[in-house]
Amino acid sequence: MTLETLSPELAPTLAVELGLKLDEYEKIVDILGRVPSLTELYMYSLMWSEHCSYKHSRKALRMFPTQGDHVLQGPGENAGVIDVGDGWAVAFKMESHNHPSAIEPYQGAATGVGGIIRDIFTMGARPVASLDSLRFGTLDTPRQRYLFEGAVAGIGGYGNCLGVPTVGGEVYFEEAYEGNCLINAMALGLMRKENLTRAVAAGPGNLVLLIGSTTGRDGIGGASTLASQEFDEKAEDKRPSVQVGDPFEEKLLIEACLELLDAKLLVALGDLGAAGLTSSASEMASRGGVGLDIDVTKVPQREDAMMPFEIMVSESQERMLAVVTPENLAASQAVCKKWGLLSTVIGTVTDTGRFVVREGETVVADMPAATLAHDAPVYDPAMERPAYLAEVQAFDPMTLEHPHTREALSATLLELLASPNICSRHWIWEQYDHQVMLNTVVLPGGDAAVLRIGDTGRGEMSERGIAVSADCNGRYCYLDPYTGAQIAFVEAARNVACTGGRPAAITDCLNFGNPEKPEVFWTFHQSVKGLADACTAFGVPVVSGNVSFYNESFGQAIYPTPTVGLVGVLDYVDDHCTMEFKAEGDAIVLLGRTRNELGGSEYLKVHHGMVAGRPPKVDLVDERLLTELVVTAIRTGIVRSAHDCAEGGLAVALAECCIAGGIGATVDAEGTLPAVAELFSESQGRIVVTVAPEHLGALKQLAATHGTPCTRIGTVGGDRLRIGTAADVSLTEMRDAYLPTLERLVHSDETLQSEELTDR
Amino acid sequence: MRFGVVTFPGSNCEQDVVHAVNHLGFDAGHIWHGDTDLSGYDAIVLPGGFSYGDYIRCGAVARFSPVMSEIVRYAEAGRPVIGICNGFQILTEAHMLPGALLRNRGLKFICKTVHLRAEESACRWLDVPAGTVLRVPINHNEGNYICDDETLARMRENGQIVLRYCEPDGTLAEGGGAPNGALDDIAGICNERGNVFGLMPHPERATDPMSGGTDGAHFFTAIARRVAEVAS
Repeated sequence: MTLETLSPELAPTLAVELGLKLDEYEKIVDILGRVPSLTELYMYSLMWSEHCSYKHSRKALRMFPTQGDHVLQGPGENAGVIDVGDGWAVAFKMESHNHPSAIEPYQGAATGVGGIIRDIFTMGARPVASLDSLRFGTLDTPRQRYLFEGAVAGIGGYGNCLGVPTVGGEVYFEEAYEGNCLINAMALGLMRKENLTRAVAAGPGNLVLLIGSTTGRDGIGGASTLASQEFDEKAEDKRPSVQVGDPFEEKLLIEACLELLDAKLLVALGDLGAAGLTSSASEMASRGGVGLDIDVTKVPQREDAMMPFEIMVSESQERMLAVVTPENLAASQAVCKKWGLLSTVIGTVTDTGRFVVREGETVVADMPAATLAHDAPVYDPAMERPAYLAEVQAFDPMTLEHPHTREALSATLLELLASPNICSRHWIWEQYDHQVMLNTVVLPGGDAAVLRIGDTGRGEMSERGIAVSADCNGRYCYLDPYTGAQIAFVEAARNVACTGGRPAAITDCLNFGNPEKPEVFWTFHQSVKGLADACTAFGVPVVSGNVSFYNESFGQAIYPTPTVGLVGVLDYVDDHCTMEFKAEGDAIVLLGRTRNELGGSEYLKVHHGMVAGRPPKVDLVDERLLTELVVTAIRTGIVRSAHDCAEGGLAVALAECCIAGGIGATVDAEGTLPAVAELFSESQGRIVVTVAPEHLGALKQLAATHGTPCTRIGTVGGDRLRIGTAADVSLTEMRDAYLPTLERLVHSDETLQSEELTDR
Repeated sequence: MRFGVVTFPGSNCEQDVVHAVNHLGFDAGHIWHGDTDLSGYDAIVLPGGFSYGDYIRCGAVARFSPVMSEIVRYAEAGRPVIGICNGFQILTEAHMLPGALLRNRGLKFICKTVHLRAEESACRWLDVPAGTVLRVPINHNEGNYICDDETLARMRENGQIVLRYCEPDGTLAEGGGAPNGALDDIAGICNERGNVFGLMPHPERATDPMSGGTDGAHFFTAIARRVAEVAS
């Protein structure tokens, strides 16, 4: 009896410890026709974890539309790929790294960026941009400041070193994320269409080549015990499950892998992410319908006496798995050597369909490869509408006492501009290299980032551009997950449209609590349905994505947070538009209509300390027409600026345009609604644009053909923002409220901070 | 006019420099750090990035790359060598320029566009009048320039201080306005001879109105003009 053999009594106990359920264990026994070995049990426990198998979400995700003429690769690969014209394709995906970041924010966030970037260049694309969607508790405790500061530093520390610009993102601070922060990293890559590569192993007799870092015990069980379970008081003990990143090694990997792909030396390429070698190899084999034979003693190790299972499931970072023909081995290894990277043949492709793992001569695992990747059970979790919904939705914000004098409303506007969820994010993005590669046309701080398409330095340029935005307001999703998910989509679409981008496709990162709780699963199901309906209404497919469950601590789930990463295309990047007011005398026009919708608003939270009511309504047809109108108006050069109305409503949107442009505005409040609603209602389907007075007629005509309400509400000029008789604030007051908030909050307790930094 | 742009493992602005130089109408080629042939290049640029991951100290490993001994010889011949950001750090580590670059005062990476004032200097690769204010992005974690008093005095005397961080109107902020805490607001320096020039800001990021403005063009056009003058 070797160490590898498990007794029929011990095996089920161990299976449960590794996160499997007993019936899942029975299924493994059925597949193998015997008790699994230690290595096999570990491999199944990882591959059948929620994180790797999507066993609770898989059925619901079928609601997403995934097809389109421009879709080159939909969900199921390392990243989705769309055709953006002129022979160019864009690969993109968003992924969560929530649990590692909650334990060690710097490394958790850094390796989140590293992982998503590997997914991009695995497809044959050069990574050209990344964005991050972040959620923390409010910044009034040292722990939240530590998480926030650490995550931002980690994202910068990794991305800056790689030379991939971090061009955008979003952040919210809410009590609901106190015990479980969210770090969602999105990356985009650019390639010529013909260079699209898939991770499909083929050709029995071909060699399996492991490229990059050595393998250690870091990150063992990261996908199962960390990512697929809730947090409790033992969370700190899981620190060894957090991987440590080496961005320099990853930079070398990017260059080496792109050089290998350019030279057509590889049959397949895949990255080692969650569940390490097990996941990468089994997915590659099952996609190709082949088998693999791997010898763990060949894997370069950074620690002594590693067990085969440890080598197979280690999540050591910065490693890639390639399949090469024997003829191309020498040339492939020469490229790796040039970049100072290890490359080692660790096995061969076979025609048996079996995944065999050896330790020298001894076979330690032997199973049908496809069963790891595809035979995980698929669940139909129970659903139940959460009891809290009836109560929060019944609340009518108009029953509250609202400010109504000009002084009080002006003060409320400044209060909102200084709110951590609205204020300027420059403290964050100034820590990120957002310009490297010279393609960032609209810098962070705008509605969406705009990138020029072209391979800078290699001489291939295009007139086209892409616009990208990541959005989700979890508060809306908490109050109504179906509508909230749609708002995440339409806000991303408006943001992209405001820069001139035509929405083309999305990726998503669906962050929820424990799916085994019927109330949590109901919110998940509703969100997916809402998002799917929005995508269908816009004709915009989902091409990649990620589900992150078990975002709970001490039994308390986060707000449902289905983050949308939307990519749009500009036919002529020269035509792009920005949000700032440009010129004295320009007419300010509101496209869309303000309703009395204060439910779930930032105003309600900041001024009354409440999260209640119904979120704003969404009309998908109107929203689609609005984005089409704005994109057309921008392309034809009618509008000079465009900015989406979101948190904080029309008043905050106007203030942001003033601050960005360094110029004031005089606006007439429309009148029929209470002043507080005119100013701060968060009605969807609204965009503020400016036009030269002589173009006002053309805009009105265009709006009429789209059926979009189009109202001139004011004029750009001066150094104050005056909104009817309701509000009157100076540029300086707005700047002083809007610009320094984050820096002030982060540094509100320097002493504690430096202590924590020393701890780290 | 042909610029040679060196790639160290971990460099990440080499493509940007080549692109900027091409955009300005000049030729450029890549030099691998392991190569030692600099023939055919009229100027050498050490680009920004994180050579060798900036492990140990920024530039501390890159200075030992095979290409560096050739670059020392190239500079000794009086030919143009520019180090941008990480390239500047490498030049100080290689003792081709005095002083050192420490971690930014606020302990944060900084990426933003700053104002720079051209000083009266010996540098031959910048041809704007002293006092000219330029807008160029910075992007670094270690740009806090430092040297001893004696070196600073000597640099002032020799006109080795080329660029200083300043206010939009060209004045220097009271008590130091360098975003990274640099001594004397120093953003760029040259050697005594004026042919080796290191600067923290990224001129290649300001050569195109669509992305970053055009003030960075001066740095490349000046070299091209001087090289042409010498040749004729």
